[in-house]
Amino acid sequence: MTYGGVYNAKWLRYIAQAALYGLFIAVLGYFSVSPAYVHLPPDQALIKLSFSHPGQPKGGCRERTDEELARLPPNMRIRVVCPRERSPVFIELEMDGRLLYRDTLIPSGLSRDGTSTVYRRFPVAAGRHHLRARLRDDVQVEGFNYVREADITLKPAQVFVVDFNAKSGGFIFK
Amino acid sequence: MLKWFQRVGRRGFLHMEAGFNAVFGPRLNPLYHLGALTFLFFWVVIASGIYLYIFFETSIEGAYDSVEYLTYEQWYLGGIMRSLHRYASDAMVLTMMLHLLREFTLDRYRGFRWFSWITGVPLIWLVFASGINGYWLVWDKLAQYVAVTTAEWIDWLPLFNEPMARNFLNEAAISSRFFSLLQFLHIGIPLFLLLLSWVHIKRISRPRVNPPRGLMVGTLASLVVLSLLAPAVSQGRANLDQVASVIQLDWFYLAVYPLFDIWSYGGVWILLGGITLLLALMPWLPRRHPEPVAVVDLDNCNGCGRCFADCPFGAVVMQPRTDSQPFAQEALVAADLCASCGICVGACPTASPFRRTSDLVPGVDLPQLTIREIREKTLAAAAKLSGDDRVIVYGCDFGADLGRLEERGVAVLALPCIAALPPSFLDFVITRKHVDGVFLTGCREGDCYYRLGIEWTQERIGGKRDPYLRKRVPRERIDMFWAGPDRSNQLAQKLDEFRGKLRELGPYTKPRSSHPEGDSRWNDKGVRNVTDRME
Ligand code: HEM
Ligand code: SF4
Ligand code: SF4
Repeated sequence: MTYGGVYNAKWLRYIAQAALYGLFIAVLGYFSVSPAYVHLPPDQALIKLSFSHPGQPKGGCRERTDEELARLPPNMRIRVVCPRERSPVFIELEMDGRLLYRDTLIPSGLSRDGTSTVYRRFPVAAGRHHLRARLRDDVQVEGFNYVREADITLKPAQVFVVDFNAKSGGFIFK
Repeated sequence: MLKWFQRVGRRGFLHMEAGFNAVFGPRLNPLYHLGALTFLFFWVVIASGIYLYIFFETSIEGAYDSVEYLTYEQWYLGGIMRSLHRYASDAMVLTMMLHLLREFTLDRYRGFRWFSWITGVPLIWLVFASGINGYWLVWDKLAQYVAVTTAEWIDWLPLFNEPMARNFLNEAAISSRFFSLLQFLHIGIPLFLLLLSWVHIKRISRPRVNPPRGLMVGTLASLVVLSLLAPAVSQGRANLDQVASVIQLDWFYLAVYPLFDIWSYGGVWILLGGITLLLALMPWLPRRHPEPVAVVDLDNCNGCGRCFADCPFGAVVMQPRTDSQPFAQEALVAADLCASCGICVGACPTASPFRRTSDLVPGVDLPQLTIREIREKTLAAAAKLSGDDRVIVYGCDFGADLGRLEERGVAVLALPCIAALPPSFLDFVITRKHVDGVFLTGCREGDCYYRLGIEWTQERIGGKRDPYLRKRVPRERIDMFWAGPDRSNQLAQKLDEFRGKLRELGPYTKPRSSHPEGDSRWNDKGVRNVTDRME
């Protein structure tokens, strides 16, 4: 059987087949790497603000009254109770006096006793900047209990991380 | 909207297929083997992946160098394997998506096909997950981009307390443990994909999982050529202290990634989740009107199993006899799998027009067009013909429009599928001189809507498949042309040629040695017993 007069000659069909296989690998080869995608413009750098930090316990410990104790099962009659709920963490990041980010990070967990976590990216122009990070992790404190400021120079495409670790003294810029 | 898309897509596919048929012929037409090609690429991915894994260094420090070693020092084998692994994965996405589009536009996803469609949907996610996961392992700049972006994307879901993306904050944060997990996944996800692919084709009998040889050779050869011309290479070692700003994306796998920079992560989740949900619901949007399914009549079923052998959808099962007839088995149709194609009826030796009309009830029959009705319609249509080129054309609901042929002075009869016609009908109308010749048509060859109808018809007439067309039937009085829906003109032309041939042949005369016992070559014992009893 023949399919269309043009392709009657066997060799013509083989050439056409080769052309279609060629088209197939051209499509594969091309879209496998192109067109290139510009994820971050060449004159920009990236600030990543990210940490995971448990806020201070929300309230102080208190003693249970005798009536309260009597209502509990015997094996749970402990006089001093400390609330498990932690303070939300309030965070502010400013660059060159301009606010980049401000949020109240709610602690994880059903009883809000876990860590407060943030992960944010901020593409910014490369070059010199003044960066200020402030944080409050205790509802009983006014203002901020951790602050760090620095002049930084960002190279194009540089990743600058603003991390936080209370044990090593607060904000970590690197 | 869905309908419009379907119509446009259908026209597009039919055009493309016609072009490919001209070049490859219908047997090797790649568009008729998209599922099988996807499997082929999967095998290439698995084989090349096993080779790469032997040399792959599983630590985050060593991974990049080991891939570089494969690419450059061992380019002649490792490099080619890497390229094959990459390009076959890309090709998998290409053929899978075309396969999906084709099943959709040709309306092969609703009704009895719902199972294949539904099980196909998670395959998409698994293919993409495998590929994206694979890019991660090279630990070059692309891997870095994929790692950071994917982690951020997954973090949008409230799954983990600690954001996954914190693993990729900067060079100091990266942990080898996480990297090992990824490698584990790169074996686990494809294995799961393999398992689910098997489920995907489980309900189809004789699924075409391998492309025909010629197509397979051509496809593999072109992958090797591509691997030599454009070897897959890395894009520089990952460095998390630097953004991978310009990336050569693999658009087959990562086409949605640029969306992350335009929309929110949540937006992309909603988009992909929505598409997935839509795909999953599509077989019921709207649902195909279920047609009555094939019905077994135990009084006429001798348990020969031919319907079981020929059903393209595994809808017939043979079970131990439930009545008192002296046969071991009987046929049973599973209604939820039945496509109402009637191919089982065409296979049933009791569906013979030589039987008297009054008691013509075959072992299995379609209520919407019974064998008795086919016999009556055939005789009525043939009776209107005159001359020495009287032809009856049997076609199907998915092929060319038979009404247009009727105007040319032939008898026509549309069946659900051409293989719903028992071969004994050809014998009957020719040797009883109801017509001078029979012309069969239907879907395009290689692309039967009911998968196996054309194949079975050709094999039955060619004496290769039970029930055979008896040898005494002169084959020059039978012709076929698989026109599909788009080749009505060629069909008409073929038909005219055939009628010309019939006029030259003159009327049918019974050969002298036409005793039925004479053609035992085509008949095994079972058939002869049955047909003899019926004649
Ligand atoms: C890894 C990806 C896939 C592979 C390897 C694959 C392979 C196959 C194969 C070999 C067949 C049998 C074809 C035949 O014998 O006629 C098939 C049928 C089918 N596939 Fe897929 N498939 C894949 C993905 C999909 C997807 C994503 C969908 C749609 C959501 C899909 C929908 C279907 C349908 C509806 C059929 C039934 C066709 C019929 O009954 O005629 N497949 N597939
Ligand atoms: S009508 Fe078709 S799908 Fe249904 S049992 Fe018969 S052969 Fe199988
Ligand atoms: S082909 Fe007919 S006789 Fe044979 S098992 Fe099926 S229904 Fe019964």
